[in-house]
Amino acid sequence: MSEGNFTLDGEDIPFQEGQTIMQAAMAAGKYIPHLCYHPEFKPHGSCKLCTVRVNGRATASCTQRAASGAVVESNTHAINDERRALLQMLFVEGNHFCPSCEKSGNCQLQATAYELGMMSPHYDHFFPNRPVDASHPEYLLDFNRCILCSLCIRASRDVDGKNVFALSGRGIKTRLIVNAKSGRLADTNFSEADKAAHVCPVGVILKKRKGFAQPIGGRTFDLNPISATPHPTIKEG
Amino acid sequence: MIENLETANNPEKLRRVAIDPISRVEGHGKVTILLDEQNKVHQVRLHIVEFRGFEKFIQGRPYWEVPVMVQRLCGICPVSHHLAASKAMDIIVGARHLTPTAEKLRRLMHYGQILQSHALHFFHLSSPDLLFGFDSDVSQRNIVGVAAKYPEVAKKGVLLRKFGQEIIRHTAGKRVHGTGSVPGGVNKSLTVAERDALLKDIYQIVAWSREAVAMVKDLHNQNPGLYNSFGTFRANMMSIVGNEGGLDLYHGKLRGRDENGKLLFDGVDYQGYSDLIAEAVKPWSYMKFPYLKSLGEKQGWYRVGPLARVQNCDFIPTPLAEIERREFVDYCGGTPMHAPLGYHWTRMIEMLFAAEMIKDLLHDDDLLGSDLMVTGPRELEGVGVIEAPRGTLIHHYRVDEDDLVTMCNLIVSTTHNNQAMNEAVRHVAKRYLNGRELTEGLLNHIEVAVRAYDPCLSCATHALGKMPLEVELLDAEGMLLDRMTRGSDESTSGCRIT
Ligand code: SF4
Ligand code: FES
Repeated sequence: MSEGNFTLDGEDIPFQEGQTIMQAAMAAGKYIPHLCYHPEFKPHGSCKLCTVRVNGRATASCTQRAASGAVVESNTHAINDERRALLQMLFVEGNHFCPSCEKSGNCQLQATAYELGMMSPHYDHFFPNRPVDASHPEYLLDFNRCILCSLCIRASRDVDGKNVFALSGRGIKTRLIVNAKSGRLADTNFSEADKAAHVCPVGVILKKRKGFAQPIGGRTFDLNPISATPHPTIKEG
Repeated sequence: MIENLETANNPEKLRRVAIDPISRVEGHGKVTILLDEQNKVHQVRLHIVEFRGFEKFIQGRPYWEVPVMVQRLCGICPVSHHLAASKAMDIIVGARHLTPTAEKLRRLMHYGQILQSHALHFFHLSSPDLLFGFDSDVSQRNIVGVAAKYPEVAKKGVLLRKFGQEIIRHTAGKRVHGTGSVPGGVNKSLTVAERDALLKDIYQIVAWSREAVAMVKDLHNQNPGLYNSFGTFRANMMSIVGNEGGLDLYHGKLRGRDENGKLLFDGVDYQGYSDLIAEAVKPWSYMKFPYLKSLGEKQGWYRVGPLARVQNCDFIPTPLAEIERREFVDYCGGTPMHAPLGYHWTRMIEMLFAAEMIKDLLHDDDLLGSDLMVTGPRELEGVGVIEAPRGTLIHHYRVDEDDLVTMCNLIVSTTHNNQAMNEAVRHVAKRYLNGRELTEGLLNHIEVAVRAYDPCLSCATHALGKMPLEVELLDAEGMLLDRMTRGSDESTSGCRIT
């Protein structure tokens, strides 16, 4: 397998043929902010948080193949400004009340916002009305927090072989649905053992009756920032 | 009840004075007074816009989220809501008896909250009125004035409060919006280091709390005419008391006494609170008026909070506070005290009790235990009651089989005291305002009466420091005659209601 090097914010990063910029950066211990990318799944390229400049051109690092000699910029003021704006839009499109969310401290959206120094949502909140699906005896879906990253869809389809989740609608109307006529999780073949039960980066797919059992101070991102532990769910899964 | 001052006969002929603070968080409090040409008082009403939206908002949410979510209700006693909701959810998850570690950690958290809230109320909000006088120079009558003239008093107030906040931080994980208490128990115990850090200061805290009781007692003794009669009226009282009838602010059974101190009911399991209490609605107020069903709406209203609790219990289970309670009872000559300013005295007795309870708990190794949670047979309905700093706090929920909340009813301390506060304001208005030109100092008398109850609208002042306020004087046609405003920088003269 042939190898090469590119520079990321001025540092040499080695890569192997076929690797994306994201993969090579992660292998070298470098953090590029991201939400819809997960090392165990095919990249989706939808959140755009991982956008970098390659030889001056903006592109998603989770889908862009690494190329020898490329000059990649990621941690710059201008790029981080754009990332903060994307995060702010995600915050206002859903209902994210961190202080009373059980995923707080373990949430990749919140941790990424801290990492990038997002201080306020800035835009007006949409306050969408999205009822919780509590039909399943062991799991709860709180759609209020869905960022449409499609990780659960990929996990269910590619790992569990089930297709429990799907995106429906277009544009701003896009939403997550489950594969049952009733629209209820209880009527799908979803199970606790599924990979899809453990990949949500935010607080949508939740094990019931476990919220807040972990004390403040002992949660994933209390201990380390997300740049040091980008994928806490890998351990779990 | 001074009924004739609740509603005037010919309101259209009267001038209206409104003491109207603008608050943001918990509620909006306003006093309106109707006066005739001779400044005779015809109608006085305290309006508090209660925040009831929460009861709707929480429907459809999973039950385990509620103890954390309810803290958004109130920036001042979030821990009380956190614990009352947890107690209701204990019932839902079938945890009728917690592990010793969980129960004691929750008590520690609660007494930390009592300590910090009582210290804040007395030192920051009330001591300026009590030390300088109700109509003293308004530029001095604040915590900054106290700090200048009585620096030791102000310093102790700050440190007492800080200690209470430290307890909350260690038990709940954070000073505000903690998560320590969960349905069926707690999510963390104390480490040895955390326990030792608190132990180091607790003896000083007990000593300062004793001094605080002595200070209010002196104030009371120096001016019994004022302290015993200011805004005084007779009322029933209600609180929970511990198993043997001792003061217990975390758990117990409901007890009520009439104005003479005679038991009205005792040993009532609060799961059945709705058989005991109903809430009346009045067209002029958003806040409901709770009353004892057995006595009816006219006779059945009652007081809650320190003045009710210290007189409702048979004893206080910690030695120093018990000595103070006895002295208080002796002072009253064996009959109940009804003076609103007695709240300050009893509040400080409770602060001493909280400090002593914290001291005892910190010597109990159960706080370091690891057995944190229990569950049992699942229930669909639960009530949690706690004695919050301001009085009895009731949380009532129904939770469906899918674990979502379908019904929520809250009766907060300030609501229990609604009628009592209205009575106090009317008495003060009649005694001090009748026939006189209104001044800031006179209007402050009204606020002093309201503030004695430490209603939740004072919360906003806690958060903001100084509350912007507007007072309008209107004539019979509603024409604006005069207007006083005070900005949040306290630059202009005016009045405060906190
Ligand atoms: S539920 Fe979670 S994993 Fe699935 S699309 Fe929404 S945010 Fe992504
Ligand atoms: S992580 Fe690359 S687009 Fe989302």
